[in-house]
Amino acid sequence: MKERLQELQAEALQKVEEAVSLKELNDIRVSYLGKKGPITEVLRGMGKLSAEERPVIGSLANEVREAIAQHIEAKQANLEEAAIAEKLAAEKIDVTLPGNPVRSGSKHPLTKVIEEIEDLFISMGYAVAEGPEVEKDYYNFEALNLPKGHPARDMQDSFYITDEILLRTHTSPVQARTMEKHQSKGPVKIICPGKVYRRDNDDATHSHQFMQIEGLVIDENIRMSDLKGTLDVFAKKMFGEDREIRLRPSFFPFTEPSVEMDISCKVCGGRGCSVCKGTGWIEILGAGMVHPNVLEMAGFDSKKYSGFAFGMGPERIAMLKYGVDDIRHFYTNDIRFLKQFSKHEE
Amino acid sequence: MFVSYRWLQEYVDLSGISPEELAEKITKSGIEVEGVEKKSEGLKGVVVGHVLEKEKHPEADKLNKCLVDLGQENPVQIICGAANVDKGQKVAVATVGAVLPGNFKIKKAKLRGEESNGMICSLQELGIEPKVVAKDYSSGIFVFPSDAEVGQDAFSLLGLDDSILELGLTPNRADAMSMLGVAYEVAAILGREVKWPQIEEHASAEDASEYISVNVEAKEDNPLYVAKVIKDVKIGPSPLWMQTLLMNSGIRPHNNIVDITNYVLLEYGQPLHAFDYDKIGSKEILVRKASEGEKIVTLDETERTLKADHLVITNGSEPIALAGVMGGANSEVGSDTTTVLLESAYFTGGVIRKASKDHGLRSEASSRYEKGVDPNRVRQSAERAADLMAKYAAGTVLKGSVTSDSLQAEPAVVSITLDKINKVLGTELQITQIKDIFERLQFAAVVEGQEITVTVPTRRGDITIEEDLIEEVARLYGYDNLPVTLPVAETVPGGLTPYQLKRRRVRSFLEGAGLYQAVTYSLTTDEKAGQYSLEKADTIRLAMPMSEERSTLRLSITPQLLEILKYNLARQNDSIAIYETGSVFLKTEEDELPIEKEQLAGALTGLWHSQLWQGEKKPVDFYVAKGVLEGLFTELGLAGTVTYLPADIAGMHPGRTAEIKLNGEPIGFVGQVHPSVQKEMDLKDTFVFELSLQSILQAQAEPIAYESIPRFPSITRDIALVVNSETAAGDIYGIILEAGGKLLKEVSIFDLYEGDRMEQGKKSVAFSLKYLDPERTLTDEEVTKAHNKVLKAVEEKTGATLRG
Ligand SMILES: [Zn+2]
Repeated sequence: MKERLQELQAEALQKVEEAVSLKELNDIRVSYLGKKGPITEVLRGMGKLSAEERPVIGSLANEVREAIAQHIEAKQANLEEAAIAEKLAAEKIDVTLPGNPVRSGSKHPLTKVIEEIEDLFISMGYAVAEGPEVEKDYYNFEALNLPKGHPARDMQDSFYITDEILLRTHTSPVQARTMEKHQSKGPVKIICPGKVYRRDNDDATHSHQFMQIEGLVIDENIRMSDLKGTLDVFAKKMFGEDREIRLRPSFFPFTEPSVEMDISCKVCGGRGCSVCKGTGWIEILGAGMVHPNVLEMAGFDSKKYSGFAFGMGPERIAMLKYGVDDIRHFYTNDIRFLKQFSKHEE
Repeated sequence: MFVSYRWLQEYVDLSGISPEELAEKITKSGIEVEGVEKKSEGLKGVVVGHVLEKEKHPEADKLNKCLVDLGQENPVQIICGAANVDKGQKVAVATVGAVLPGNFKIKKAKLRGEESNGMICSLQELGIEPKVVAKDYSSGIFVFPSDAEVGQDAFSLLGLDDSILELGLTPNRADAMSMLGVAYEVAAILGREVKWPQIEEHASAEDASEYISVNVEAKEDNPLYVAKVIKDVKIGPSPLWMQTLLMNSGIRPHNNIVDITNYVLLEYGQPLHAFDYDKIGSKEILVRKASEGEKIVTLDETERTLKADHLVITNGSEPIALAGVMGGANSEVGSDTTTVLLESAYFTGGVIRKASKDHGLRSEASSRYEKGVDPNRVRQSAERAADLMAKYAAGTVLKGSVTSDSLQAEPAVVSITLDKINKVLGTELQITQIKDIFERLQFAAVVEGQEITVTVPTRRGDITIEEDLIEEVARLYGYDNLPVTLPVAETVPGGLTPYQLKRRRVRSFLEGAGLYQAVTYSLTTDEKAGQYSLEKADTIRLAMPMSEERSTLRLSITPQLLEILKYNLARQNDSIAIYETGSVFLKTEEDELPIEKEQLAGALTGLWHSQLWQGEKKPVDFYVAKGVLEGLFTELGLAGTVTYLPADIAGMHPGRTAEIKLNGEPIGFVGQVHPSVQKEMDLKDTFVFELSLQSILQAQAEPIAYESIPRFPSITRDIALVVNSETAAGDIYGIILEAGGKLLKEVSIFDLYEGDRMEQGKKSVAFSLKYLDPERTLTDEEVTKAHNKVLKAVEEKTGATLRG
């Protein structure tokens, strides 16, 4: 019997070894280890054995069973692993195909520039003031030291609706309104973004409608050097720490002294190129100390209070920043244009 | 204003300063130099030639065969096509090897078999703008005066090698509209002297007053009128040097008399006018306001109808000039003129501006009067011009001048303290530095303690108050030298208002949802302005639109967005999703501001999603557009207060448009554009929405009401209801939600079926209902009880049956 058991073990292990599928393995399990299997049969014949032999054969039979079971288990694990590997191999995909697109739009480039400027001045304690786009002649001109018949009114030929009502030609009336409402109560520190309108034929550099963003600070003891410092901070944060600024005298009826600010040309580093028309400088904004007439008209005592104001065109800044060569692109809204401004910028 | 560097040297010493350096200095201290141009830059090889012989080209009627002496050993043959070329002329010859504007290189050539060694040039060919070329030479070659030296460089002779500074003048700097004014500016910058022209006195036996009397009625508009008489003038071309200076300044030479008036205008900034004395028709000058409808033919041969607020120079009855703007044709100086009446006058800005604007006529004279001329140069300029007429037109200047003078020309006196200057600028300047700056400007300045009193010359009419003096100090001290500080103000809370913050959030949401922001024009056509309006209001039209296309303020944004779609579709950009926020304008009373409302509009067309290689495509439809808005309302905490009702809106698809209500108040619409509009505009299926941004930004958001995460399981029951086709799913939804009571937590629609397997006129809507009690596990019986109530309510209110 001992030989028979050893024979069975060898035979079973051989079959386990040769098995190639889980089903085959299961068949081996059933045929060798099942209740009707040859080992059980061997054990059934143990009655014929002596009392000494019985435990020996019994324990041998168990060892054989154990050995076969162990091998089946090991083989099963092998076969299962292979099956999984095969399945995974069949599941392979092309990871280089594009992923599912996520829909996303973006801000208009002008909004991008305006919000960037807003945030910059907000971080310096400014509030954002807004006002009507259709204005009274008084707020658009007269309150800004531009009485009727003033030659500088020609500088910004306007769209009138009636003799007294017009489309604002700059966002300065928001300043006039803010100052008037304020009536000398504490400092004023605002920026005013918005749409403005002038009688211009639309071409690559002119638009009858465009954006403007202006700033105004009024308090006791505001100096021109404060204006210079503020513009310096603005220019460096907006255009880069390596930029230089230059103030040039200019003229605006609502400021005195008045200046224009240039920044050094990024393209040529100040040596002169076609972008800066050979000057090395690029004009960015107009600014100045608030004219005493403007302060007085808004109810501020110009002996006590002083202030500065500045104004710039987001279109111009966006054109410089991104190299847009035609102002009309901002208002045509070609989707191929709009899509280019969706990226985050440092 | 064009300033010749060479000419400027006559009034101020420029030694050691190149034109470019000068431009930089002028720009930094006050007047922007927009460019420095040297016309001969890059050009070469043009000399004065003497035409020795001229004969017809044997093979070509219109060509001339010329033998030209170029100052070299042998004269050369040049073929010339100009009709005015002639033997004996001194002409500008581009020699073989010359380079002309446009990089045009002159080579030896054969023209119809005849050799040509160069080209005889017109001024235009040398780079001079046609509008400043004298009429005599406008369609032919230029002829030099006979004393021009053969072989001499023609560029230099024509002043083309001069550097021309283009000044961009702001309206306050009228003083710089003259060479002397620029000289004062440059002298102040460089700390040098101004050199005035020498004027020679002329004392003929006759007195000007024997020839003319001057009478000014309109003294307010014309406080000073000076007339001089110059007899026996010989009309001819002015000297070449004068012509080239005029051309370099942008003025066309005419004849010696007219050129002299223009030359002095450029020199002094004082407009002058020369009348042909014999054509005036009287011995009287009367300056008065025009009578309404009165007519004058001006020098440009245009008949102009005058208004009562225009000023005219008359001969006592007839107008002979539109004062300060343009002379009359009836008294024009011409080749037969022998006696000149020279006018130098002070007209006030307003009256000239009005006439100039009404007639669309901006002349060198009017642009100076508009901004204000120096009252103290009126007489001097007349003397200067008369002197030049004696020198260059062989005239006899009659003694004295005839004037009408009521002008007050006192210089302004302005005082300021050192402290004020330093306080405004943030500087620590000393009084001596301030005084030095005013001295450089040639302003008389008297220092008394810390106060400085400045007498401002009348040439600088722009300086009237302290701040004007501060600006002079600042610009000459140099903005580069100004300290850099930041305001030391009490801190005020800045930042965005809640409204502004929320508006940014709306934009970010829409962009995140896949829409691009557009910005369009507020002005549109009358017709478009009122379309898709949310408000019943009239549109506002401009008084004087530049075009019909941009004539009226919009009442809605949608039409503009449709235009954008049309534009993009025409360029194969088929899938578009855009939005805009902006103002619309509602008319109120005449002379009252309109009501401006901020609105939000969107437009979608084409595909919403597409995964090309997977073949999935989802076109935009009504529910895509509505879904964007639902998402937005959820973001703003308004989802529970917004309802959608079927609506019929002009220009919209009648069956696919919903009115949007917020707390029961209409705030806008969403839907498909009417197919006929789509067709008309070449649009594909297009879905739009427009709503009051103000309403949604000002609405109170539902507060965030935190509920603990449920610890007990929910039970879901699905039902499919068969209802009449017209029954709105939203209504059934509302009934279910109301009947479901406290336990019903969520209702969603998961299927809609209308088709073959349904009875005609019926549809099936499937709802999923989720029941939950946060306190305990629900029993089946409890849910059934609640659910039956729902079914009963739906059945009673809509006649729905459960689908089998
Ligand atoms: Zn550059």
